[in-house]
Amino acid sequence: MGWYKRRLAKSLWVFHVSGSPCNNCDIEILDLLTPKYDLERFGIKLVGSIRHADVLLVTGVFNQKVAPKIRKIYEQAPKPIFVVGVGTCMSGACCFRDSYNIVEDRQAVIPVDLYIPGCPPKPEAMIAAVAKLLGVLNARN
Amino acid sequence: MTRWLFYLLVFPGFLFTTILGLLIVWVDRKVSARVQFRQGPPLFQNFNDIFKLFGKETMIVKESARTVFVSAPIFAFGMIVLLATIVGLAAINRIGFAGDIIVVMYLMMIFSVAVILGGGSSGNVYSSLGAGREIKLLLADELVFILVCLIPIIQSGYKLRIDEILVAQESGVFIGSISGAIGFILGLLCIQAKMTLPPFHIPEAETEIVEGPFMEYSGPLLAFWKLSQGMMYVIYPALLVILFLGGFKWTGIGILYSVLKYLLIVVLMILIKNTNPRIRIDTALNFFWRIAAPICLIGVVLSVWGL
Repeated sequence: MGWYKRRLAKSLWVFHVSGSPCNNCDIEILDLLTPKYDLERFGIKLVGSIRHADVLLVTGVFNQKVAPKIRKIYEQAPKPIFVVGVGTCMSGACCFRDSYNIVEDRQAVIPVDLYIPGCPPKPEAMIAAVAKLLGVLNARN
Repeated sequence: MTRWLFYLLVFPGFLFTTILGLLIVWVDRKVSARVQFRQGPPLFQNFNDIFKLFGKETMIVKESARTVFVSAPIFAFGMIVLLATIVGLAAINRIGFAGDIIVVMYLMMIFSVAVILGGGSSGNVYSSLGAGREIKLLLADELVFILVCLIPIIQSGYKLRIDEILVAQESGVFIGSISGAIGFILGLLCIQAKMTLPPFHIPEAETEIVEGPFMEYSGPLLAFWKLSQGMMYVIYPALLVILFLGGFKWTGIGILYSVLKYLLIVVLMILIKNTNPRIRIDTALNFFWRIAAPICLIGVVLSVWGL
């Protein structure tokens, strides 16, 4: 199994899920995938279909309407799948904390493996986080 | 018997073409990265991708036609292995049979048919759209491809065997003549369309119909599609080398020359791929039927006259 985890760590295909964000994190994620940062060095690739994904990059606070959809997307992904929560919204709901329509317990909707705080996080922070995710994967052997 | 199994499973067939194909896909990704001023993936990236996909879960959609959905990628993979064996045996071991070039044309078409079956059976709207576009692209490029294949057949004195076409090119390669040059250029574009590389990646257009026919595939089934696409990178340019550039030689300086011919075609395809936007399906049909087919017909007539 350790051999397989090492293969998996070297080829993470990323799918971008936006769960009612303010779009800043989404823009930063798109920046991350531009030639300047070149994530293909680590074998990371953006895929368009959830069936091909290994990592879900989730952004935003989940409101009541979008939470079931996020859960559905998570269930449609082939396992093993890893979830990275991008932005302060995922870790602490940011300035939307007191809103009437958000889901309090985001961890129950989708099990997050890794949080990247920042509003929005810099692409460099995301690369560092992805490197940590690789470390987590390699340590799980 | 064991000799033929060896041909099918190890040397020109399954194992050799798979490994070479994954390395050529790395060349594709690396050259594309350099064109975009990036670093690009490491050498064994594609092997990691394939091994990873074989360990993932296979998901089958409830609305899909299950049997066709599962068997289409395996069927396509089998077709490509057979194609690799026939082309490889004729080019390297010089073992051919009467009419093998016709078999090669049919096998290349059957791969597209498998893509259509796989996309159409998955029960997804985007996949069905992709399958429909694949049918139209197949209709567009098939006529020109058959005409392109006719040019070397006529120039070699109406020989329908790949090994005899290679023997006929020993005195001079076909690309040296006018009809051969026309055939080579149009053949390159046809192969671009057959492999659904940009500018002809209409069936799998990532930004509009999300990989098209392959959208619902996951795990090992997706790995079979990826492997077949990698093997196409080996076979189709090699076929062009065989038909127009005098095939491969495995003695002395001939080895270097063969590899250079093959890599030249691959890099040319990658550069076309990286510098062209996706065209619409009607533009593709117009191009192949109104422009490419008459030019290719002129090429066939010229080759009958011996030019």
